[in-house]
Amino acid sequence: MTGNTTMKLILHVWRQQKRSTAADFKQDGRMVRYELDGVSPDMSFLEMLDVLNERLIRKGEEPIVFDHDCREGICGSCSLMIDGEPHGPQSGTTTCQLHMRSFRDGAEIWIEPWRAKAFPVVKDLMVDRSAFDRVVQAGAFISVNTGVSQDANAIPVPKADADRAFDAATCIGCGACVAACKNASAMLFVGAKVSHFLHLPQGRVERETRARNLVAAMDKEGFGNCTNQNECQAACPKEIPVRVIAEMNREFLRAKAVEEPPSKKRVGGDG
Amino acid sequence: MKLDSKIPSGAIHEKWSNRKFELKLVNPANKRKYKVLVVGSGLAGASAAASLAELGYQVECFCFQDSPRRAHSIAAQGGINAAKNYRNDGDSVYRLFYDTVKGGDFRAREANVYRLAELSVNIIDQAVAQGVPFAREYGGLLDNRSFGGAQVSRTFYARGQTGQQLLLGAYAALSRQIGQRAVKMFPRTEMLDVVVVDGHAKGIVVRDLQTGEIRTHAADAVVLCTGGYGNVFYLSTNAKNCNVTATWRAHRRGAGFANPCYTQIHPTCIPVSGDHQSKLTLMSESLRNDGRVWVPLKKGDKRKAADIPDNERDYYLERKYPSFGNLAPRDIASRAAMTVCDEGRGIGDTGLGVYLDFRDSIQRLGKDAIAARYGNLFHMYAKITAEDPYSQPMRIFPAVHYTMGGLWVDYDLQSTIPGLFVCGEANFSDHGANRLGASALMQGLADGYFVIPYTIGGYLAGQKPGSVDGKRPEFAQAAANVAEMTKRLLGIKGKRTVDDFHRTLGKIMWSKCGMARSEKGLKEAIAAIQALRGEFWQDVRVLGDGMTINQSLEKAGRVADFLEFGELMCRDALERRESCGGHFRDEWQDDGEARRDDQNFCHAAVWEHKGAPKDAVRHQEQLHFENVHLAVRSYK
Repeated sequence: MTGNTTMKLILHVWRQQKRSTAADFKQDGRMVRYELDGVSPDMSFLEMLDVLNERLIRKGEEPIVFDHDCREGICGSCSLMIDGEPHGPQSGTTTCQLHMRSFRDGAEIWIEPWRAKAFPVVKDLMVDRSAFDRVVQAGAFISVNTGVSQDANAIPVPKADADRAFDAATCIGCGACVAACKNASAMLFVGAKVSHFLHLPQGRVERETRARNLVAAMDKEGFGNCTNQNECQAACPKEIPVRVIAEMNREFLRAKAVEEPPSKKRVGGDG
Repeated sequence: MKLDSKIPSGAIHEKWSNRKFELKLVNPANKRKYKVLVVGSGLAGASAAASLAELGYQVECFCFQDSPRRAHSIAAQGGINAAKNYRNDGDSVYRLFYDTVKGGDFRAREANVYRLAELSVNIIDQAVAQGVPFAREYGGLLDNRSFGGAQVSRTFYARGQTGQQLLLGAYAALSRQIGQRAVKMFPRTEMLDVVVVDGHAKGIVVRDLQTGEIRTHAADAVVLCTGGYGNVFYLSTNAKNCNVTATWRAHRRGAGFANPCYTQIHPTCIPVSGDHQSKLTLMSESLRNDGRVWVPLKKGDKRKAADIPDNERDYYLERKYPSFGNLAPRDIASRAAMTVCDEGRGIGDTGLGVYLDFRDSIQRLGKDAIAARYGNLFHMYAKITAEDPYSQPMRIFPAVHYTMGGLWVDYDLQSTIPGLFVCGEANFSDHGANRLGASALMQGLADGYFVIPYTIGGYLAGQKPGSVDGKRPEFAQAAANVAEMTKRLLGIKGKRTVDDFHRTLGKIMWSKCGMARSEKGLKEAIAAIQALRGEFWQDVRVLGDGMTINQSLEKAGRVADFLEFGELMCRDALERRESCGGHFRDEWQDDGEARRDDQNFCHAAVWEHKGAPKDAVRHQEQLHFENVHLAVRSYK
């Protein structure tokens, strides 16, 4: 613990009232400067913003809007660009788990929303990440209905495969990978979905359709492509490796080589 | 208020089969004519919405988060119980049932608990089929561990993020249905009222959090899966936005609220570091498998942990409960921690903490083995506290974690409002007065995947599909009430922030209705809450308007409900003149051990709304124990 010393900070925060549109992404947005003292090094970054918001409300100014919920690094809600880095300077850490002891007293900190065409700003620091949900809806699942499953141990999975699947499945869907990428590519996110199912026998049944559908959905949402800068891997709070992107590319090419099914629509009934 | 639990006939192991057969079926061709609203998208909500859509019902699902994947189920760390007996160590459905009834201190309904234990095995099968990456052994089969006071290894886990992996499984199933247009999903949408028409729940009122639009949705039935109310304490391990609003407003519309005083205080959380604290972080209970809990023997011993020799340490759980030791159930471990802190032996700057020490396990098993088991938890602890748990013991303290109380439901999970079903933590059904570890995930998914798809059919079969449309006056009236409340909150323009009121309420609840409760304290709390509620409606400051994202406005509505609910919770605690599970009354104890009163309190207390919390009427559902005999719960 750091005792009673408190810090004084200068914050530059993106304030934007109107939702971004394709025609006008910036809208009325601008950086606003705030001075904040009495910051404890033991506060999380979001608690520091809570303190600022309480003071703004007392002064009669509208508080800064930002997404947050679990505040323990797992829900993926929080999403701040801090001094140009998604989730701030500490690796493997979400904004809610970043503590003010990572900054020095007197620091000047720039706080912005995720910047990506596929993530329009809703207000201030809050963005719309529903594009991720739509990508998942296109095929990041195993098509199994409730109640039809066999005994869990009937599907043995080699531990190494299970571990690789798990490494991909830890993705919290925060969008830091997109924010970090100069192309606003979602390939680490989508690759993680592909990789998770690829390493499980029960996930391999639909591998071709999954690869095709996820890539098509990702492109449709306006995410860019990968140019191997690996910024996504560095920004990912769950440290998902870029190998998932290679796996996705391989799966996509493989799916191209496999003949597409004649038609997904079934003609006629079963009799 | 009539409380018919609808417990099916037959022996305990036949009840669910019997009920499933008794329930009327909806013709497959007619299912698409019925619409069901599912509120919440956590384990219970996502699994219910997906399963109902798979059956062919039209489903609309609502969550206040930006994505259904973010519900707070995601934060569960430790694991999920299932009576698979893969370890050949004597587990069975009956043993899981027995442990859960006993762990709940004989305050749960036997028939529900048995069904939960029965369904536990199906959940694991379902999750594995969905691709949930549970921990595995080198042979490729699933791994298990012993957890939370169980003497068999029945807990399935996925590193320290079992909740996230199970939720992603349910979210994937839900997403598949959304993609197929079988579920219509409404994220960033908050439910603010239930619409009751001719005594049946036929719709809800929601507010679109982005546009501020207040809308109604009509349907044939409503399923609430909106979680627990732990945030009435302000500081808890719940996510910041967890709230009581959906269940409280349903209560105001006539749904009985059962056992609100049953709250679980989890023994292993990171202690509070200052006034700025916005929430508490849980350290998985699984840590108690290898960590030893202790405090100094002497009062006010301020030496560093490493400088205190073994003979001057008090491993109080091992001392008091030799057979369970550090694995004593949550309520017992939490109270024991409070007791040693009250004695002045707490550690850290505040004296509100105890040590959880891995020194001996690291010596026995090696640092690598401990890192493999708990690496991510140690990492999280180090990030929050800037202390290294490999070289010095963790500091932990109890924190509010889960709420066993909730809307009263019958065996079919139907509330006292016909057509209003309640699943997961939002209902009161399965954990009695104390929940065992790794049982919350189990209950949420059992309700959503395997109970509601059957029982809702039994209700819908008796309803004409689409019999009520949104043009009935009840809809406009309910929407107008919500709009009026929004306007009122924005119009007060007082001086104090919403969080300020919430923090004050939290302090009252924690000090008077927290780990130990007394008649005097509860009466003081009730008066203090009433006064605070008066001040809130005079002096709260909510800036901005209702037409864009307004997080203060969202919070204000939730805190307004907590200010009513908190009073009911205290009244429930006051009226329950016994100690059981998570409810500990100072007046009813034997040297620190809870003293139950089965003669007078072997029942669920169900509150009926009568205009204000002070006028709520208490009803009883008597509990009958035919299989597990009432006994003093001893872990010595």
